[in-house]
Amino acid sequence: MLEKLLLNHYEAAAVILSGIGLTNLLLQRNLIKKIIGLNIMDTAVYLFLAAKGYVAGRAAPILLENGSGGWVTSSSVYVNPVPAGLVLTGIVVSVSVTAFALALTLKLYESYGTLNIDEALLRMTEQQEELEAKVDEAEEGILS
Amino acid sequence: MNEELKAIWRSLFDWVMGNGPRPENEVIPPEPPPDLPFTLKPKDKYSRFHEATLKERYSQWVEIHGLHIFSIVYSGLSVLTCVVVVSLLLATVAELPPFGDEKNPANNEVIRRYVEHGGHETGAQNIVAGLILDYRAFDTFGESAVLFTAAVSVLMILGASRRNKQDNELSPNVNEDGKNFLQRGPPIKTFRKDDAILRGVATLSIPVILMMGCVVVINGHLSPGGGFSGGAILSTALILAANAYGFERVHDFFNERTFIVSSSTALMIYALSKGYSFFTGANHLHSIIPKGTIGNILSGGLILPLNICVGLIVAGTLYGFYALFSEGDM
Repeated sequence: MLEKLLLNHYEAAAVILSGIGLTNLLLQRNLIKKIIGLNIMDTAVYLFLAAKGYVAGRAAPILLENGSGGWVTSSSVYVNPVPAGLVLTGIVVSVSVTAFALALTLKLYESYGTLNIDEALLRMTEQQEELEAKVDEAEEGILS
Repeated sequence: MNEELKAIWRSLFDWVMGNGPRPENEVIPPEPPPDLPFTLKPKDKYSRFHEATLKERYSQWVEIHGLHIFSIVYSGLSVLTCVVVVSLLLATVAELPPFGDEKNPANNEVIRRYVEHGGHETGAQNIVAGLILDYRAFDTFGESAVLFTAAVSVLMILGASRRNKQDNELSPNVNEDGKNFLQRGPPIKTFRKDDAILRGVATLSIPVILMMGCVVVINGHLSPGGGFSGGAILSTALILAANAYGFERVHDFFNERTFIVSSSTALMIYALSKGYSFFTGANHLHSIIPKGTIGNILSGGLILPLNICVGLIVAGTLYGFYALFSEGDM
């Protein structure tokens, strides 16, 4: 099995990177670090796709001139062009999701003054209780 | 025998319901000093361990130790999950076809079709550009729309709230020593040092970066690159200008309004032109869009204008992210 893993070392590295990202996502309590973990997982997917599209000894998928004014269109000259398009989609979605998540994190930090998710939840419940107490007081005031 | 069993049962029952036998290592809090009968306080229910019922003891124990034990179990389980997932995936990777082999199932007839006919069908020298902007152009349209939507949502979340910020809300700020702190009220614009070196380097390099970005966008169908990478290069020029000359100078020619107008115009042009191309193509109608000869700058049908549209959207969006996250406004 180890020989096969060494043969597919790009894919193995991608899988290990994705594991690191998942661990980061689960274990970190800091939201920014969680987002970094998500980005590491994205990178692992790009590495995997790029490795799947590679064919040894072939050129990048940009048509080459064949010397007599034409173009080489034999499919045995170029690597697989589809993973490049898929990785492009992945990068765009990852950038968008990261920006949106960071904006929400910034709002959370502005409201609660912390990036730690446990502490933020704690402060959220405290604020909720304070609010409920205030509402109760107000209701009592109206009733009396 | 029966009597002994009954005694054991009674002591167990007492222990569960409270008032049980006193544990040997219990620390008894000192008795409160005898007081006047009128100021007698109610007896503290949890002061003595053996007087609490099992349920009370349990909830007390959970209050003290629960979070700690939960976090230990949680981290152990998450590490275990990750190890299991990674080893399963590694076992799968070991069974994959060998890396870089041309007989891999991924190199099938789809790839052969794209490479052999892509050139004369799309007119683009770069097969990937022909793939993403001609065969799969609606997918790329969706990507541009996703980027635009993300920029607009970040603008909604960060921009609008800071404009009508209330006085009692906390907002992050930087003091003179460069330390972050939270302050009440709207954020004060941070003071930027006028850096002569940065300014000189920016004056020298911004035209070069802009030209490089334009080359990458316009040559997208002839060489590696295209709208996404070229747009990212253009946005770095904008970000450098904002850092060197201040956001106010960039704001004069690129602000929120410019971003919204240019991005939505680019998206509209993309949708209409590609919609026309797909409509004529699907119905076998004659299309007025010329393919051109492969290798010329004016070739590839719609790929060049679509690349420019995508480049505009990406440049605006990435600069918008930077400006929104550092200044809260575009």
